[in-house]
Amino acid sequence: MAVALAPKTESSFRAITVLKDLVSRPSGAIGLSLVLFHVVLALISPYIIPFDFKLQNSALMLSAPDNIHWLGADHLGRDVFSRTLMGGREALLVTGVATPLAVIWGGFTGILFGLVGGRLDEVLMRVVDAFLSLPWILKMLVLIVTFGSGVEVLIPTLAFFYGIPVIRIARAATHDVIARDFVWAAKARGHSRISIIWRELLPNVLDTLMVEGAMRWSWMLLAFSSLSFLGFGVSPPTPDWGLMISDARGFMSFAPWGVIGPVIALSSLIIGINLTADALAKALGIDRAQKAPM
Amino acid sequence: MLFMLIRRVFLGLVTVCLVSLIIFAGVEILPGDACTQYLGEYQADDELLAQCRKDLDLNRPAIDRFSEWAGGAVTGDLGLAVDGKTEISKIVGDRLKNSLLLALCAMGVGVPLALFLGVITGLWRDRLPDLFVSTLAIFAMTIPEFVSATLLILIFSIWLGWLPGIVLTSASAPASEFFPEILLPVIVLSLVMCAHIMRMVRSSVIEVMASDYVQMATLKGVPYWQMVFRHALPNALLPAINVVALTIAWLLGGVVVIEVVFNYPGFGRLMIDSISDRDLPVVQSIALIVASVYVCVNLAADLLTMIANPKLRTMYTRN
Amino acid sequence: MSEKAFIDIKNLSIGYSSRSGKVIKVLRDVSLTIKRGESVGLVGESGSGKSTLALAALGYFKRGLRALDGSVSFDSVDMLTLDRDDLQAIRGGRLALIPQNSGQSLTPTLHIGQQVAEALRLHSDLNDQQFKARVVDLLTQVRLPDPAALVTRYPHELSGGQQQRVAIAMALAGEPEALLLDEPTTGLDVTTQAHILELLRDLARERNMAMLYVSHDLGAISRVCDRVVVMYAGEIVLNGSARQVLLAPRHPYAHGLLASIPRLNQTRLPMALDGRPPMPGEAINGCAFADRCALVDKKCQSMSPPLIPIDSGEDVRCFHSDKIDQMPTANKKPARQGDLTTVESGQALGLNNLAISYAKTDFLETLFSGKKPSPATVEGINITIEKGETLGLVGESGSGKSTILKAIAGLISPKDGNISLHGETMLTARVEDRPAVNLRQIQMIFQNPDDSLNPRHTVAQILAQPLRLYFGLNGDALRRRSAELIERVRLGVHYLDRLPSQLSGGEKQRVAIARAFAAEPEIVLCDEVTSALDVSVQAAVLDLLDELKTQQGTTYIFVSHDLAVVKAISDRVAVLYQGRLCEIGPADAVYKAPFHPYTDLLLGAVLEPNPDFAPKLSADDVVELSPPASGCPFQRRCPRKLGTICETDTPSAQTTSPEHVINCHIPAKDL
Repeated sequence: MAVALAPKTESSFRAITVLKDLVSRPSGAIGLSLVLFHVVLALISPYIIPFDFKLQNSALMLSAPDNIHWLGADHLGRDVFSRTLMGGREALLVTGVATPLAVIWGGFTGILFGLVGGRLDEVLMRVVDAFLSLPWILKMLVLIVTFGSGVEVLIPTLAFFYGIPVIRIARAATHDVIARDFVWAAKARGHSRISIIWRELLPNVLDTLMVEGAMRWSWMLLAFSSLSFLGFGVSPPTPDWGLMISDARGFMSFAPWGVIGPVIALSSLIIGINLTADALAKALGIDRAQKAPM
Repeated sequence: MLFMLIRRVFLGLVTVCLVSLIIFAGVEILPGDACTQYLGEYQADDELLAQCRKDLDLNRPAIDRFSEWAGGAVTGDLGLAVDGKTEISKIVGDRLKNSLLLALCAMGVGVPLALFLGVITGLWRDRLPDLFVSTLAIFAMTIPEFVSATLLILIFSIWLGWLPGIVLTSASAPASEFFPEILLPVIVLSLVMCAHIMRMVRSSVIEVMASDYVQMATLKGVPYWQMVFRHALPNALLPAINVVALTIAWLLGGVVVIEVVFNYPGFGRLMIDSISDRDLPVVQSIALIVASVYVCVNLAADLLTMIANPKLRTMYTRN
Repeated sequence: MSEKAFIDIKNLSIGYSSRSGKVIKVLRDVSLTIKRGESVGLVGESGSGKSTLALAALGYFKRGLRALDGSVSFDSVDMLTLDRDDLQAIRGGRLALIPQNSGQSLTPTLHIGQQVAEALRLHSDLNDQQFKARVVDLLTQVRLPDPAALVTRYPHELSGGQQQRVAIAMALAGEPEALLLDEPTTGLDVTTQAHILELLRDLARERNMAMLYVSHDLGAISRVCDRVVVMYAGEIVLNGSARQVLLAPRHPYAHGLLASIPRLNQTRLPMALDGRPPMPGEAINGCAFADRCALVDKKCQSMSPPLIPIDSGEDVRCFHSDKIDQMPTANKKPARQGDLTTVESGQALGLNNLAISYAKTDFLETLFSGKKPSPATVEGINITIEKGETLGLVGESGSGKSTILKAIAGLISPKDGNISLHGETMLTARVEDRPAVNLRQIQMIFQNPDDSLNPRHTVAQILAQPLRLYFGLNGDALRRRSAELIERVRLGVHYLDRLPSQLSGGEKQRVAIARAFAAEPEIVLCDEVTSALDVSVQAAVLDLLDELKTQQGTTYIFVSHDLAVVKAISDRVAVLYQGRLCEIGPADAVYKAPFHPYTDLLLGAVLEPNPDFAPKLSADDVVELSPPASGCPFQRRCPRKLGTICETDTPSAQTTSPEHVINCHIPAKDL
């Protein structure tokens, strides 16, 4: 043979191929490491912290970092280092559960709207738009204030509100895919609607949803920490970075260490997620248009 | 063309009506009513509750209350706060003015800067200026506003002492008195705005620069900068209109945290305070105003796009 | 006396660095000269590098590409080392490009006048006052209707043919001495294409311009070019005069290419060229064409032949150019019979008074503007198709041919009329309502192989779908049958585990064919199935379709805009215009007089790859957007219009010979 045939690759293990591509990019490698680091930290921190996060010691109030308390103590004398290590637990728990829920509910509804089409779809999208015109914080706060701020309120609330923008995205992706010939071909063969949705539509929409899911996670973390900062999220004495920053803010002029730890921790996690989402999009070959956050 | 304009405005009005319905229904669904919410914390007795309800006319059927509220809102009368005495329009007026000041300043800084940086990083993609600015943008976008606000206060107010880190001017003061306290909040807001818009403009510029017509212009002998300004940018910046609109809308919500951090007497602070106080009538009115602004902004963006995009323009004029 | 070369490309190699760092060549050691006033055609298929070469003549490389070696000069000026200002002065001025897709190459936000005026401003000495007049003058020269009005229009408001003419006007603005044309007529209707080529031909002669015409369409090239250069896998393999190359090519690839083009005067299928061209980056040992060549021997497989001149004056890259006469010239298969010898007899499909409408009447719009609902996209179709026959549906854009196929497949519901199966059962309009047995009997193959296969499914999964759905096959039985099917379309079993992104266009279309035949259908609907493929691959696919038909006795409805392809494969042909039937009959009869006026027009515009052949053009090329409300669909363009009768009365069917029907008011004897 004068010309060699194109080499065969393992198509059945796409997840592995994508993962390899992701890690080969610098943004993907850094991002994924940061995320994994934080997840592991959240899981093992209760067992490795040097001091009990609740332990108050009035003698140590706002003391500077030293060999025993690596990041000093907060306004109630608690060890900042331990609290920083544990500060991501509730945030990751809540957002880690709420994000998949948001993507599933938003994706499912979006695909449904995309398939329904016609007048009904237009009317429903108007309602969605009307909903989106209210600031997120207003909607969330009203619910939290009424029902409390426990995990059982935060998760469904975040999942519901952050799933709504996913509806638009899933709908647009659905519109794109069902116009393509292979879907017409399946229809012409006589496959049932369910079969077409499951076999033809979903595998092609999933990529977009996955990338969107990663981005949703980072927005949700932002929202969660903002809520905690405002005092509507986690309740003390549970450590949380947003709450810690809010508490330590007043003493920043002479005791900035209370702020620096949680700032670095929170920022590194969110940046990690964003970098991973970016690299994932490139690895999957998706061209993302930037949208403003919700 | 006129028909299209009217149609768009009409749809906008429909959306606002829908929103007001959603708001009102949302508040109705919540357990209890405005009075139980407000007084609930203090274990109010029945007498107080009855008085409160009489002051707010809560005993009438929902439809009546809705139409009165909606009707009043259109004329500018938003009703009374939950204490039965304060007129909401009075409270809202000052705060709105202050928030608008903040928003306009942030836009005035953020939008031109974002457009400029977006074009620069798009034209010189993957080179040093792009890498530098894009990395900064990622930071600005991903770090929560309260974090960047806190950091900036730490650096510029506490360590360097250049700018005040907290706003002490009262709500009803005229705009000029807010300087220089308004500077740090404006910087934080415009940073975040700028980052979002810039990324989008960048990808739009990259896409347009790779298009066939830009290639054709080059092959026609059009000098580089003439090609950029005449052929590329008008097409690249078209989608930016929508993004700017979306970002402005986000601004309305994002302002909240900034106002709390800096103690700025604006709309967002009012929102938080009234929610904490369970002052539902005020919350309702705030929601309506914000939604209306959002709809107006989107409408303006839609119309601007229709005028700027030749494809849409000719669709409606040359028929 | 040999003139100095005007455009001189010497030993040019262009390539890019892949992500892994390897250098991949797109053009390999290419040398080409064009003299003043000479028109050279550059022929090649996908992966040949011809477009890259045309752009390189301007000193331009697409992002990522760079010159690895060699030089490019224009009138003795080295384009690769020129500074930016000088390059800008030449581009669009003395040397101008006419791009492939003008719709995409004109800036959407500037109107036509501004874009042409820009070219004038850059490359001529006129002052502002003179611009406007000159723009109108240029637009008139390219034969655009109503140029003064067009000046303020935007590109998207023009048709494809008009956009292309604007691009030509823009190129002429700088009074060019040489033109580069990159597939300028791709995607245009047959009649539009013919008109544009005539325009180009006339312009080149009038202005004595040198031309480099890049195309895969040999018919177009034969019309415009004096000399023809054939490219394969990034190299030049043949360089000679148009007569030499098109009538008696001395390279096996060129020979195979020309033999694979369907011709109107042939009655057999064109000869297929097996295999596919190599993609950039694929490892090549010896001659790039060796794996597809009938004259191949050990020498070809180990050594790469150089490009050398032979006695006739041509340059050939082949060791065996003298043995070209030994190559088979025609398809050995017997000519198609005029009558239809079928396995079974009987009616396969009947289209009875079929009418289909795309336009959804917007209720509000009709209320306010008082507009009547637009006429149906397709109307009055009465055709019966016998079992085992191939019916060709031919027409240009807007003819409704694909719409009819979609209605048969059940993807669109007809507005009126019905479709009958086997002469008895009415086919249910919507595919969702059809019983399983009917679904299996009718299968469809789509135009664009990139789009008709799910990018996330392997070939095995793609074939499994009909097998599971119609036959309930699973496991080993499924795998075995899939292997049978894939081998039947001449692809190896190892293709089963590949993804569509790993296949070439021709291979993907074969998979689509295998998928259609997996259902063991009686009727296969082919919607422009070869239009998106390279010419050499097209013949192979046609050959495959013919073979499958002989084996299985399948009935085909074959839709295409390419008249020669339709003639090659069809038993009967129907000609459509704006969704109405003009003429229908046996293939040979339709392509011979008497003609419906539209058929006459269509056939006149077909370009044969033969420099001695001139097309017969009549009327201008107007693209109609919708059919007329009443009367004959061709009334607005017909050169033989009788009068008001053509506008009011539907033309009656006239039978000229058995089964040959023409719908026209003019009596058959005068046609």
